[in-house]
Order: sequence, then C-alpha cells, then structure tokens
Amino acid sequence: MSTKTLLEARDLGCNRNDRQLFEHLEFSLEVGEMLVVEGPNGCGKTSLLRILTGLRLADSGEILWRGEPIDRLAGDYYEQVNYVGHHDGVKRELSCLENLRLARAMGIPSKADLDDVLERVNLYAYGESEVASLSAGQKRRLALARLLATDSLLWILDEPFTSLDKASMDLFAGLFEQHLQRDGVIVVTSHHDITLPTREVKRLNLGQAA
Amino acid sequence: MSGRLSLGQAFVFLLRRDLLLALRNRAEYAMPLLFFVLVITMFPLALGALPELLQRIAPGIIWVAALLAAMLSLDSIFRSDFDDGSLEQILLSAHPVAVLVLAKVCAHWLVTGLPLLLVAPLLAEMLGMSSQAQPILLLTILIGTPILSLIGAIGVALTVGLRKGGIILSLLVLPLYVPVLIFAASAIENAAMGFDVSAQIYMMLAFLLLSISLSPWATAAALRMSAS
Repeated sequence: MSTKTLLEARDLGCNRNDRQLFEHLEFSLEVGEMLVVEGPNGCGKTSLLRILTGLRLADSGEILWRGEPIDRLAGDYYEQVNYVGHHDGVKRELSCLENLRLARAMGIPSKADLDDVLERVNLYAYGESEVASLSAGQKRRLALARLLATDSLLWILDEPFTSLDKASMDLFAGLFEQHLQRDGVIVVTSHHDITLPTREVKRLNLGQAA
Repeated sequence: MSGRLSLGQAFVFLLRRDLLLALRNRAEYAMPLLFFVLVITMFPLALGALPELLQRIAPGIIWVAALLAAMLSLDSIFRSDFDDGSLEQILLSAHPVAVLVLAKVCAHWLVTGLPLLLVAPLLAEMLGMSSQAQPILLLTILIGTPILSLIGAIGVALTVGLRKGGIILSLLVLPLYVPVLIFAASAIENAAMGFDVSAQIYMMLAFLLLSISLSPWATAAALRMSAS
C-alpha cells in the first residue's frame, strides 16, 4: 500500500434480500483520484456508497481510511466524509443559508464565506429563501453546496447530477476537479457520463464485477 | 481543524434548529396539545355530573391522556429527518450521535411536553382536583414528560424505517411508560389524601436520570440500524 492511499476496500461483499450484489470487491484510491462506480440499476451502486460512508455495514470485507478500518475510526472518519445521497438532506422549512450553517455545525466548517459558496453554485439570490420554494435542480445544487461549506477530504456522491441542467453539470465537474487538485478523493455514481476536463478517472463496473 | 464547533455548541445549534422547525410547523405541533385537552374534556361529558368520581379518577385521566398525547407526537422526532435525508447527515456528523440525539429529544420535550405543564392546572381545576394535589400533579408532569420523550425516542428510532411503524411504535413504547404512570398517579393520589409523596418523586427522578443517561445511546444505535 502506498503512503498516498487514502481509501481502500478489501474483499468487500454485500447481500440484499438473500441476493448477492457483489463480492470480493477491491479498489484503492490515492490522493487526488476519483472513482466512478458504474453499472445497471439494482447492481448495488448505492449500497456500495452507503457502505463506504459507514451508514451500512458490509456483509464481508473491510474499508480502510489511511490504513485504519473505518468502524474503529468512527467520528474521526465521518468528519472526513461528505455524503450527498439520493435525498438532498436539506430542510424544506429552512432557508438556504440556514441549511448550510447547519451542515457546517455538523462537520468541519471550511474557510469559504457562505455567500460565496451560494454564488459558486448559482444560488446567491436565494440565500434567504425557504428551500420549499426552490426547484428540484436548485435543491440539488444546495445539497452539493454542502461540499463547499465544509472541509472534508472524501466526497461520496450518489447520482449528484439528478435533475441538474447541462450548465450545472459542467459547473460541478469543474468543482470536482478543484477538489482533486486540493488532494481530495471522490467516489461517485452517475448514469450521466462523467468526464473531467483534464484528469483521468478510475472506473469500477459493478455489473461486470458480479 | 480550528473551525469545528465544540460539542456543546453543536448541541445548542441542533436544539435551536429543531425549535425553529417547530415554530415554522406550528400547526403540526399544536395537535398533541389539543388532543390532550380534548381527551380530558371528554371524561366529564361521558361520566356525567359525578364530582366525587371525577375527582377520584382525575390523576389517572390526566396521566393517561398525557401518555397518549406523547405517543402522537413521538413520530415527529425523527420522521421528517428520515424522509428528507437529514438523518443521514446527522449520523455522519463529526460529533457523537448520542449527544445530537439528546438535543433533538430536548427540543421535542420543549415543544410537546412543556405545554402540557402549562394547561394541566386548568384541566385539574376542571376535574375538581384538590388544591393540595395540584402542585404534585405539576411536579409529576415536569419530571415525567421528559422520560416519555426519552423512552419514546428509542421506539421511534427503531420504527422510523418501517413503512407502517405507527402501531408497532405504540405497542413497543406504551408498556415502557407503565412505571412512570404508576408512580405519577400514586404520587398525586397520596398528595390528595395528605400523605407524603417523596418516595414516588424520588423514584421518578431516578427514572429520569436513568433515561437521560441510557436512552440517547440506545436511540443512536437504533437510528444506525434504521438508516442502513
């Protein structure tokens, strides 16, 4: 294992309702690498991502963060993880700024000003608006804005581009690239083809692995 | 890593967020209180003009209504957070989940338990409860309702992932409420007869301390199971 390896999966297996989704899955991510998990519906992409966050337990195998099993690290691991799942994880009744402040309180706040964060995801004008009044795509952008409001190395993103338009997809592809340049790592699933302007991405096809 | 909030600040932040959410969903949170008042007013109507009987069963009526009102409101502790994905964010927080859970339960008690304390004197008067029993009624509600929220949180955490968790929740939680009910009703009854109530009150305080120290851990573990 090289010293630059941040995240490593060893012999990972997952069953769901007595059906085997995948087994003997192995991969490792070094500083500045992005892994795109691909495969048809129901092949276990979301399950894999939830296992990587620690929300779900793997049926076999283990996940290492800087060489330590994540279940032993617990909070020290979670503060390095930023997860955007199927659900946006934003409160309808709160404004955009209130939602981002909450995200900061739960993790490690980044140095960026929250107004700047909203501006970078094109939501500056909506800072004080209730999330209930936003469109699906705007909510998704707000969920992804959490990535910028907090400082964490590992981004785990489940279909981040759902309901985003082409311009927003390009915007976030650019932000992903910046995160990789700052020595972060990203694990992402997407039915959209993700390509980064200047970097190669690792790909893992769960359909074939199984 | 300098910017991270201390645990106490995170606790206060989450508490304030939940109070703010309750303020913006006022109608929803007023329901259990109205239910509490309505159930208790049904008894004089159903039993007729029998002041002695009402006075005799008043402690039981008020406490059973409080249990049912608490049951109604429990689901709101974690339901909306579970549905919109906020719960995952809380579980993945850098802070210990048990402490964050305690913040949510505190907020739940402030918006659902504390109001019962405010309307209870009126209802006690309506049922003709004697003046020496009324302070003890308030004391048992003050000590007892946080226990209801704390124990209930474990039940909600276990059932929030089920599609129809409502009935299972009541079957799971109501039996656990029995000790509180017994000691609270017995304290009020003793007070009405002019006896000492310190034994019952100390028992309730012991329940409260026990549930404050154990329930958040159990709730956090149950939430992890429900979320996976």
